[in-house]
Amino acid sequence: MSKQAPTPDEEPADADPETGADAERAADFRPATTGAESVVHALENAGVEAAFGVQGGAIMPVYDALYHSDIRHVTMAHEQGAAHAADAFGVVNNEPGICLATSGPGATNLVTGIADANMDSDGMLALTGQVPADMVGSDAFQETDTIGVTAPLTKHNYFADNPDSVGDTVGEALALADEGRPGPTLVDLPKDVTLGDTDTEPGPAEPPETTRPQYVADEENVAAAADAIEAAERPLLLFGGGVIKADATEAARSFAREHEIPVVTTMPGIGSFPEDDELCLSWAGMHGTGYANMAITHTDLLIGVGTRFDDRLTGGVDTFAPEAEVIHVDIDPAEISKNVHADYPLIGDAGTVLGQLDDAVDAAPDADEWRRQCQEWKQEYPMDYATPDDEPLKPQFVVEVLDEATADDTIVTTGVGQHQMWASQYWTFTEPRTWVSSHGLGTMGYGLPGAIGARIAADDDREVVCIDGDGSFLMTIQSLSVAVREELDITVAVLNNEYIGMVRQWQDAFFEGRRMAAEYNWCPEFDKLAEAFGARGWRVDDYDEVADTVEAALAYDGPSVIDFHIDPAENVYPMVPSGGANGKFALTEEQL
Amino acid sequence: MSSGDDGADRGGRETPPKHGLAGPEPDERPHPEGRRNSQGIRIDPEVEATHEPRRAVFSALVEDEPGVLSRIAGLISRRQFNIESLTVGPTTVDGHSRITMVVEETEPDIDQIRKQLGKLKPVITVGELDEDAVRTELVLLKVEGTEPDKVHAITEMYDGQTLDAGAETITVQLTGDEQEIDDAIDAFRQFGIIEIARTGYAALARGNQPTAPGEKPGTADEPTRPTNTQ
Ligand SMILES: Cc1ncc(C[n+]2csc(CCOP(=O)(O)OP(=O)(O)O)c2C)c(N)n1
Repeated sequence: MSKQAPTPDEEPADADPETGADAERAADFRPATTGAESVVHALENAGVEAAFGVQGGAIMPVYDALYHSDIRHVTMAHEQGAAHAADAFGVVNNEPGICLATSGPGATNLVTGIADANMDSDGMLALTGQVPADMVGSDAFQETDTIGVTAPLTKHNYFADNPDSVGDTVGEALALADEGRPGPTLVDLPKDVTLGDTDTEPGPAEPPETTRPQYVADEENVAAAADAIEAAERPLLLFGGGVIKADATEAARSFAREHEIPVVTTMPGIGSFPEDDELCLSWAGMHGTGYANMAITHTDLLIGVGTRFDDRLTGGVDTFAPEAEVIHVDIDPAEISKNVHADYPLIGDAGTVLGQLDDAVDAAPDADEWRRQCQEWKQEYPMDYATPDDEPLKPQFVVEVLDEATADDTIVTTGVGQHQMWASQYWTFTEPRTWVSSHGLGTMGYGLPGAIGARIAADDDREVVCIDGDGSFLMTIQSLSVAVREELDITVAVLNNEYIGMVRQWQDAFFEGRRMAAEYNWCPEFDKLAEAFGARGWRVDDYDEVADTVEAALAYDGPSVIDFHIDPAENVYPMVPSGGANGKFALTEEQL
Repeated sequence: MSSGDDGADRGGRETPPKHGLAGPEPDERPHPEGRRNSQGIRIDPEVEATHEPRRAVFSALVEDEPGVLSRIAGLISRRQFNIESLTVGPTTVDGHSRITMVVEETEPDIDQIRKQLGKLKPVITVGELDEDAVRTELVLLKVEGTEPDKVHAITEMYDGQTLDAGAETITVQLTGDEQEIDDAIDAFRQFGIIEIARTGYAALARGNQPTAPGEKPGTADEPTRPTNTQ
């Protein structure tokens, strides 16, 4: 396949005459002369605006080619952060984020972030340097088998072996990451290939021939599912993260409202349906609301859209939605009947299939009594917490104050642990792509680099708040240097319990209180650490200071950290113990 | 979500004390009778549905790119499925290979294997073969060479070929389905089997049925295209 190189005057770039460096970078179209330039052209052709990474020997040719590009490169402090930032950038923008790393340690540092994106079906493209192809396999300096290491964690990975085709490979990898069910892809780039001569310009980014997702569901199956909906007495919609990825929130909302079907979401599905809508029962699963879990337990027709029925949602499958027939809408056929058997499998794009279903359902189900029952459960099991005067600060209160102080389109990122649960429970999410968290892999340290990626993706007038735990924050705290250098307006709220709290909660509940390695009372003072990094920092111990400090931090135009010293004894409830029945969620430790 | 009350003054301590989570105890809540089995299939509590493992033969047309076999083997093993045999070789189309894989798993797992294989990028099309598919395996057997005439007779009986005959050892080649090969190996035991190499199945669908879904008589000009067979 031979490609025509655009002539130099076809793609003029904005030159910034202000600084010498920018003038030198003035990116008049330069025909590719090396594999690396072809790689960068492939990214540019696909409209890539930002990339996150760390330099290094084997990836240097690609960085050198980026020197002349308008793609904004954010230098991270650790490659794990680069992968998380790229992931979050992609989640907010609904496109694959880009991360780069050198071979060996650079590539292995990316691995956690790639695995995280894979578990959450987040589109992402990782570009890794590799030792020259003729040295591969010789245990050369900074060599690892990146293809081997990442094969189980990616949708597909590519070993680029030719400067003439490397650009097309990168384009294909990028398109594949975004096609059908999104996920991470990786291209391993041997240095001789990126340095190698070529005048081949990459063509348009197209997914490989062998992948052909099915977007429209089988009409007969749709008709059967529609009949089941009409006949249901206790129908329940379950919106997963796939609804958001498919950009189907409008279709999902109008379907639920038109047919007056109550909605629960999964945790990744947070934001697909407004949590302040009467039909919404918030999210179900291990730490989901009592009412969502009651509804799951009692529904007779569960309509799952874009969910993979993860075990944190289902608890024990033997007790999951035990009375329900299941309609399952998913673009990935392998998800159908993987964990929960689908009586009505609808393979296709969430928005398209919801449209098909909408056309096929003639009469809304007769479910007045069911809707009343759902509201009753909301009264019976309200989300609440105790705030007596003399108690230390409650984390739920902090989350509520942050929520009230910010607009609906504020983006919230988190680490993993109790704070993540409180954030998801006590913040009222109404918009898609405002909840950005690590679900399937549960990666501590996602929050801050995630906030950096979200910040770069979002318009300046939106707030980005990272709600972190002390343990999670410490895992990728070096990213604070990036936020300072790049002058990113991010507010980090650390819910500091001087524990790796979620572990402490489980030890108290299931290991007779033996708190082995769960205490973090050697925590640094995060407010001072923030200042040392060049950010703003506050410490808050008291209810009275919460609102004012939140206001000050939000008002500060740059990265800021509030170290909230919260009640170290506070636990997350409701809780469905692993493998338990959703309807038997515990509200106290005694009930576990 | 915010708690039930309107939390008059959230900034200060005037916020009335809240009560924490409340509601009936887990066992006091109504619970439905239904149940699912471990595959998430709803079951009649009286008749527990169980799935017996069975043997399945898959045929996949794949792009012959480096690492394709390890991708397939890796995908199967990391899902804890057990591969009984796996063979691979080129087809009539340049750049395409056929993989034949035998597994023994339960029905839902066999379904998962097919769907997961179908997701792999190098896999053009994959399907399970019927019971009546043509399948055959090749085995090389090295036996003690003390009774060459008898060895030769048994080899003839199983339509085998002698590949190497020396003073000490005789090596024969046999092909056939699993039963035939097992029988032959049994018959050769009397001579003392020194070494065995078995290939695992190669298989094709019978008659003019395509072996893998959508597979056409492959030519270099018109290779099989991927199909939405899920
Ligand atoms: C990288 C990583 N290591 C370990 C864990 C196991 N883990 C899950 S929650 C948790 C505690 C998190 O502590 P912290 O970030 O302080 O949050 P808290 O639960 O206290 O809110 C740990 C260690 C994990 N999820 N991720």
